[in-house]
Amino acid sequence: MRLWNLFSPNRHSAAIAKERLKIVLAHERAGRGAPDFLPRLQKELIDVVGRYVEIRDDMIRVNLGKQGETSLLEINIEIDPAKPRPPAPRPAMAANPG
Amino acid sequence: MAKVIVITSGKGGVGKTTTAAAFAAGLALRGHRTVVIDFDVGLRNLDLIMGCERRVVFDFINVINGDANLNQALIKDKRNDNLYIFPTSQTRDKDALKRDGVERVLAELTQQFDYIICDSPAGIEHGAITALYFADSAIIVTNPEVSSVRDSDRIIGILSSRSRRAERNEPPVDIHLLLTRYDPARVAKGEMLTVEDVKEILSIPLLGVIPESESVLRASNTGTPVTFDPESAAGRAYLDAVARFLGEQREMRFVKPERRSFIRVLFGRA
Ligand SMILES: Nc1ncnc2c1ncn2[C@@H]1O[C@H](COP(=O)(O)OP(=O)(O)OP(=O)(O)O)[C@@H](O)[C@H]1O
Ligand SMILES: [Mg+2]
Repeated sequence: MRLWNLFSPNRHSAAIAKERLKIVLAHERAGRGAPDFLPRLQKELIDVVGRYVEIRDDMIRVNLGKQGETSLLEINIEIDPAKPRPPAPRPAMAANPG
Repeated sequence: MAKVIVITSGKGGVGKTTTAAAFAAGLALRGHRTVVIDFDVGLRNLDLIMGCERRVVFDFINVINGDANLNQALIKDKRNDNLYIFPTSQTRDKDALKRDGVERVLAELTQQFDYIICDSPAGIEHGAITALYFADSAIIVTNPEVSSVRDSDRIIGILSSRSRRAERNEPPVDIHLLLTRYDPARVAKGEMLTVEDVKEILSIPLLGVIPESESVLRASNTGTPVTFDPESAAGRAYLDAVARFLGEQREMRFVKPERRSFIRVLFGRA
């Protein structure tokens, strides 16, 4: 319903432009100034956690935030406890390197 | 001490060079000694827009490399005694713009001028970063269009993290929004972002709105900064922006459709 509203041909295209810009810039500003290692950190975390439970890329979120004067590295990992993994032998890991 | 003003945008072709020429000429008309420098190494164009292309002997890179001195390279405008043009070179060597060399040249220019206008190349590469690095003020040239607004936001971020003022923890670069190629009739029809939209999205103070205007092409054809054309709506809008930059209050003009279409706007849109 909302999507329909957003892209309805009756809606002025400038309003759509504004909406899209607000969303994309909010996202880009949040990522700005983040250290370059965040994507790599996220990937390695997926590898490590993936040894114990099944996990998809979108189940992990790494964020660098601020609380007052201190920087906070916030890591949110969603797991599905129904899908534990048997402890994988080491060689299996080597077959799936970063 | 001269004030260094960078004209930048991220996105290409939005009107930086037009603005640099118009703004520099506008400041000169107000009695300030002004030099406008072309930082677009390799794609020299400011000389054409300023109408001095046949007088270029030495350029910015020659001076940086010590092959010429400043006064050999500076071109004095024939229409206004306060105005000087500092053309760039057409070398393909992008790294010719060395930061310490630029710093030395700017320091020397500071002794002679009130305002130093830097016409930045597009993009966020070496040339654009060098153009904004020494800025005291920045004019962000933006068109009411999604990719231009997004790139402006990016450049604003770079100004606040990678300029010399940012690196030295000095007071930040004073940043202004200049919305150009604005078409009030299309805005009224909901086809183009409004001034308020862009202001709200970028949240930086608005210096002016320059209408889309045929006189800009005419001015570039003849090598005349558009502020030297008293007939031009764009030229008058640029002069208003200069006045605001100098601290005067001026109402925004050219933001509503022309009278002809006023009735249409009143009685439903056609
Ligand atoms: N207000 C305006 N009305 C109509 N045309 C305009 C206006 N401003 C700029 N233009 C036109 O837009 C084109 C690009 O302008 P300009 O060269 O100043 O942009 P630029 O940002 O310097 O480009 P580049 O990124 O390539 O250096 C030119 O053809 C110019 O005449
Ligand atoms: Mg240009």
